Amino acid sequence: MALAEPAAPSTAGPPQDHFVSIRDVDLVYGRGETGMQALGGASIEVQKGGFAAVVGPSGCGKSSLMKLVTGLLPPTKGTISVAGKIVDGPVNVAGMAFQNPTLLPWRSTLQNIMLPLEVVEPHRRKLRRNRKDYEAQAHDLLAAVGLTGFADRAPWQLSGGMQQRASLCRALIHQPELLMLDEPFGALDAFTREELWSVLQKLWMERRFTVILVTHDLREAVYLADTIHVMSARPGRIVASRKVPLAYPRTLEDTFKPEFVDIVHELRHHISRERQAVS
Amino acid sequence: MTDTVSSPAAAPKRRFQINDNWAPWMVGIGALVIWELACRIFAIKPFVLPAPTAIAASLWKWHEVIAVHAAQTLYTTLLGFLLAVVGGLALGVAVGYSRFLYKALYPILIGFNSVPKVAIVPILVIWFGIGTIPAVITAFLLSFFPIVVNVAAGLATVEPEMEDVLRSLGASRRDIFFKVGLPRSMPYFFASLKIAITLALVGSVISETIASNSGIGYLMLNASARFDVPLVFAGLFVVAVLGVLIYAVFAMFETRFTGWATRAQAIRFEGGG
Ligand SMILES: Nc1ncnc2c1ncn2[C@@H]1O[C@H](COP(=O)(O)OP(=O)(O)O)[C@@H](O)[C@H]1O
Ligand SMILES: [Mg+2]
Repeated sequence: MALAEPAAPSTAGPPQDHFVSIRDVDLVYGRGETGMQALGGASIEVQKGGFAAVVGPSGCGKSSLMKLVTGLLPPTKGTISVAGKIVDGPVNVAGMAFQNPTLLPWRSTLQNIMLPLEVVEPHRRKLRRNRKDYEAQAHDLLAAVGLTGFADRAPWQLSGGMQQRASLCRALIHQPELLMLDEPFGALDAFTREELWSVLQKLWMERRFTVILVTHDLREAVYLADTIHVMSARPGRIVASRKVPLAYPRTLEDTFKPEFVDIVHELRHHISRERQAVS
Repeated sequence: MTDTVSSPAAAPKRRFQINDNWAPWMVGIGALVIWELACRIFAIKPFVLPAPTAIAASLWKWHEVIAVHAAQTLYTTLLGFLLAVVGGLALGVAVGYSRFLYKALYPILIGFNSVPKVAIVPILVIWFGIGTIPAVITAFLLSFFPIVVNVAAGLATVEPEMEDVLRSLGASRRDIFFKVGLPRSMPYFFASLKIAITLALVGSVISETIASNSGIGYLMLNASARFDVPLVFAGLFVVAVLGVLIYAVFAMFETRFTGWATRAQAIRFEGGG
């Protein structure tokens, strides 16, 4: 994958405090006449250890944005950098989780969680010799998400919420600096979802990885994120960025406070304007 | 009545299980009894429809000859099937792994599969003479297609999200193939073995009836030429038993090696959200 611009890294390199920087990115699927523009001039900066949420109408290019940041797709125009390096292939420093937990049914929960270690360097080389240490780490993570004692269960024996917890563990097992979540709690019932908000918040506060969370749940965005980016309808770009000035750790009680509710309303207003622009 | 009252919880369950296991036997035995009675009551000639007892007698009378021919049929079936497993697995993996090979080979495979294989046997006879080789090749030709298609389909069902997770970690196509694609296609592979082994038997018997001097197919053809209809039916019975037995063996392999697939499926159907 070639660089989109003949950039001079010394001057155009991203500033140190931005762990992820997406600058003026276009993405076109397909070529020529049949091409479909998913993103048009999207820009987002995320601080190291920050928690960014991306909300927007469905089909506006949020999942595409995740693929760009993790280096699964090259942008048509613009640059993306992660951890100070311009992304030009799979980034290795990221963990990912999706709405579909995609656990492999022939592996136990523990083996599923350890799957990234069999793939990503440098763990891949060390896994055989340090198996015990890695297993201990996996058990710690399971405990942190409330799955103590489920390590040897098959994934189909877990409920939807538990599978999503395991999926979160799998995304974090190689201690990534960046966690990419694409509507991770979208398929869960309201109670399980709120439980997982607090699990995720706790993990993030302890470990301070950088998070980009795509969600269609505005309360979820406000509960978790320090900054929320609202995307326009396709071709997606950022139409508003909103800081959430509420102190961590946030609780379910906070979601009923006026400050919280006001932010949710403000975001809803942005989104409905974007949706009207489409129809 | 008192029985059901004394053990209200266990009774319905036990009765249900008995029905389950014995139903096919009872239907089978019932059909044989009706067949036997019909033959006797209507005095049907043995060369039109022999009675089950006549078939059993023939089976006993010729059991040594039948055993030799059955062994030959089993041998060509298994050999053809073995070749089909190796070839089908290799081709299925190739087609499922490479988009180019998929595009290039899939239409040809479909076309090939729609050729009636009986029509190929005379050509095989020209090349290889009559006997074992045409039977093995016919068994192979019939049974390898379902293996190819199933393995390729299994490889194609890898979830795109799973691929994204692994690719973003720097996994190569090879990694994804061995960690996800191949294990995922195993249930499809084992399911196809059941079908393939049955088709291999069909292929062997067809080839034996056309071009052979041994095997159950040959035995049946020979017997029918001599109007020994009970022996024809005895041959048919042996083929049926062989078919059921080999099917059962591979059905057992399937549950043994890829039980996770059926169990995972069952749960997925139950749990909606
Ligand atoms: N691989 C692809 N090829 C072509 N079009 C795609 C592809 N992936 C997504 N799209 C299109 O790009 C647009 C944005 O998709 P996506 O990023 O999945 O949106 P979101 O996640 O916000 O719902 C959609 O209109 C979708 O149809
Ligand atoms: Mg999406």
